[in-house]
Amino acid sequence: MLTCKDFLEELTDYLDEKTDAEIREKLERHIAECPNCWVICDTTKRTLRIYKGMKEYDVPRDVHSRLMVALEKKMATTR
Amino acid sequence: MSPATTPVLVVDQVELDLVTKSRAGDQSAFASLVNRYEGKIFRLAMNITQNREDAEDVLQESFLKAYEHLDQFQGNSKFYTWIVRIAVNQALMKLRKRKSDRSVSLDEQIDTGEDIVVREIAAWDPDPEQQLNQGELQTILAEAVDSLAPIYRTVFTLRDVDGLSTEETAEALDLSIPAVKSRLLRARLQLRDRLTKFFKRKGDDAFAYM
Repeated sequence: MLTCKDFLEELTDYLDEKTDAEIREKLERHIAECPNCWVICDTTKRTLRIYKGMKEYDVPRDVHSRLMVALEKKMATTR
Repeated sequence: MSPATTPVLVVDQVELDLVTKSRAGDQSAFASLVNRYEGKIFRLAMNITQNREDAEDVLQESFLKAYEHLDQFQGNSKFYTWIVRIAVNQALMKLRKRKSDRSVSLDEQIDTGEDIVVREIAAWDPDPEQQLNQGELQTILAEAVDSLAPIYRTVFTLRDVDGLSTEETAEALDLSIPAVKSRLLRARLQLRDRLTKFFKRKGDDAFAYM
């Protein structure tokens, strides 16, 4: 019988679909019977989905310009 | 082999071509690699240093070093994993300089597995993020990540936002696979806790837990 602590320890692999069938079945049985773990699993899954949908970070224009200037200088001296 | 132990190597042909051309002296190819990854490297540097000036230095130093040592890139890992590793080292050096009285490492906390804490347990609204405008949502998400310890921020960003595999994250950060997994679990649970404060269904109180 799986405890809530066991469930939490397997949660990362479960969300990444890296658990084997036997453990997966035990975890799913636990979620079906334990409302707290169901909530944790559901909200963690949604946390990941929200972050995955975040837009790509843009480098500020001035930071990009200074990087390109530094790189051009380096390229001029090394090749 | 179980899925958990199968190494996943996704060959990125465009990246490979750009690296090959860069090594042959094609400067515009290297500039394309910079354009491809500068956003991610800058975010990573911000995540670790939490200082814009340091992050800019890390960004520059990382790409300059990568250009200088391009002939040492083995090609048996992704270029991105390689430059992440360079950037993490540069960022840690910055942190060490600022906190010169103690060494800083991404592996300084040894997890015993006994400190997994879940504080907030409440179901969320069906689509809580739809009820906020884009700016509000971005602020909440960024503040939640910023509140994590550097190691958790870094592992979470590489693994769950940038989409590196556990193996690639371990390689980039010079951590063991179990160390990446345990940090990832803590990062995910802590973020979930923080977002629950904003996204929980109105009227729901946390149930007692464990």
